[in-house]
Amino acid sequence: MLNVDSVSKKFGRFAALNGASFVAPQGGFISLLGPSGSGKTTLLRILGGLEFADSGSVRFADLNWLDMPARTRNAGFVFQQYALFRHMTVVENISFGLKVRPRRNRPSRSEIQRRVRDLLELVQLSGLEKRYPSQLSGGQRQRVALARALAIEPRMLLLDEPFGALDAKVRKELRADLRRIHDHAGVTTVFVTHDQEEAFDVADLVAVMREGRIEQYGAPADVRKNPKTQFVSEFLSA
Amino acid sequence: MSKSHAFVRPTDDPLWLKALLGATAIGFIVLLLLLPLALVFQEALAQGLGGFWKAIIDPDTLESVWLSLAAAAIAVPLNTVFGIAAAWCVAKFDFPGKAFLVTLIDLPFSVSPVVSGLIYVLVFGMQGWLGKSLAAHDVHVLFALPGIVLATIFVTFPFVARELIPLMQDQGRDEEEAAATLGASGLSTFLRITLPNIKWGLLYSVLLCNARALGEFGAVSVVSGHIRGETNTMPLHVELLYNNYDYVGAFAVSALLAMLAVVTLALKSLLEWRYADELAAVHRR
Repeated sequence: MLNVDSVSKKFGRFAALNGASFVAPQGGFISLLGPSGSGKTTLLRILGGLEFADSGSVRFADLNWLDMPARTRNAGFVFQQYALFRHMTVVENISFGLKVRPRRNRPSRSEIQRRVRDLLELVQLSGLEKRYPSQLSGGQRQRVALARALAIEPRMLLLDEPFGALDAKVRKELRADLRRIHDHAGVTTVFVTHDQEEAFDVADLVAVMREGRIEQYGAPADVRKNPKTQFVSEFLSA
Repeated sequence: MSKSHAFVRPTDDPLWLKALLGATAIGFIVLLLLLPLALVFQEALAQGLGGFWKAIIDPDTLESVWLSLAAAAIAVPLNTVFGIAAAWCVAKFDFPGKAFLVTLIDLPFSVSPVVSGLIYVLVFGMQGWLGKSLAAHDVHVLFALPGIVLATIFVTFPFVARELIPLMQDQGRDEEEAAATLGASGLSTFLRITLPNIKWGLLYSVLLCNARALGEFGAVSVVSGHIRGETNTMPLHVELLYNNYDYVGAFAVSALLAMLAVVTLALKSLLEWRYADELAAVHRR
C-alpha cells in the first residue's frame, strides 16, 4: 500500500502542495496529471526523497517513508532531462547503483554483469554498452535512465515527465515499453505528466492535480466518464 | 564579391574588415605581450648563458626560488580544497546569505593586494591583535614563511572557486540527485560524480592559481619584510636585484618566472588538445 496523507510543501510563500492525499495498492501504476504549477513534480520529488514535505505523511509497505533519506528508500527515479552520468558509459551508468552498495550487500562482479545484460535486453539497448550518453538519441538516453533506475531492484519507480523531451512517435513506443516493464517487474510506479492521453493510456489510476491538491482520483475510465469538477472536465477536454 | 553574392553567409564580413581586425589583434599581442617577454630573455642573456647561469645559482636567488615554490606548494593545495568546498556549497545547495558568500569569495580580487597584506600586519604584527601573544610563544608569522603563505592564500583564493561555481551551476544537481536515489552516499557521489565532471575546470583553475601564487608581489611584499636570502620570494627578489642595478640577475629571475608561466600555459593547452573529445562530452550534452 502506498498511502499519501495530506502532504504540504511551501517554497517561500508559494504553496506548491496543499494537502495532497491518495491511496494506491502495492504494484499499482499511478499517473499524476495536471497543468504546470499544480504540484505534481513536487509530490514526486517528495516521494523520491529529493524534496522535504512541510507536513503530512507517507506510508509505503509499512515504512514511515518520509523519515527515510533518499538513498535508503531504494526508489528508482527517472528525470525529464535523463540526468545520466555523462562521463560514464551505458554499462557504467546502469551498474552504478549496484557498485556503490556497501560490500556486504553488493552483488558479485559477474552477477552485476548478468543483471546489466538482462536490463539492456529489457530496454532494448543491447549493442550500445560502450557508448557515452552524448552519443545516444533522446529516446535511447531515457531507456538507459530507466534501466539504471531498475538496476537497484527498486521498491518504487518514480518518473518525472520522462518522455517530455521526446517526439511523439518515440513517446508512444516508450510508453508501451514502460507499461510492459512495469507488468514484468511489478514495482509500484508513479508517473508525472501533463499529457492526459499519456496518463490515461498507461496508468491504472489517475490523479488529476490542481493548485497543490488532488482534484480527482480514480481509474482512467471513471475519471474520463464522470469528471467531478468543472476544472477536471475542462482540463480533459482541452 | 558581387559574383558570389548568393553564397555570402550572413555572419561573414568583408575581407578588408577581417584583415584589419586580425592585424590589430596580432599587433596588439606582439607589441604588448611577446615583445616585452622577448626583451626579458634578451636582457637575461646579455652576458651570455654563463652570466645567466651565474645569476641563477646565486645562493640568495636559489633561496628565493625555493621560498616561492614552498609557498605555492602549501597555498595551492589548500586553495584547491577551499575552492572546491566553496563552489560545492554555492552550486549545489540553497541557503540564506548565498549571494553574500559569493561576494565574499570575490573580495580578494577587488581588494588591492597591498591592503590584503596590511590586514595580516594588523592581525599578526607586534602592534596588532595577536602579535604579542604569538611572539611570547615564539611563533613568527610576519617576516616568515607562514605570513607569506597566508598572504598568498588570500590573494589566490578566488581562482578555483570562481572557475568552478559557474561550471557546477551549469551542470546542475540532477546527476547528484540521481546518484542519491541510486543509494550512493555523499562522499561516494562527490568522488564518482561531481569530481569527474569538474576535473578539467579544476585542473585549469589550479594551474592559474599556481601561476598567480608564484607571481604574487603586493601582498607578499607587505608581510615578508624583504630579508634577503630568507623571506624574499622570486618577484621580491627581482625587485631587489633591479634596485641594486643587477640587471642580469633581475632579468634572469624574471626569465625563470616567465618560463614557469609559459610551461603552465603549454601544459594547459597540451591537456586540452589531448583530451578534446572528453572535454566536449563533459561540458555539453
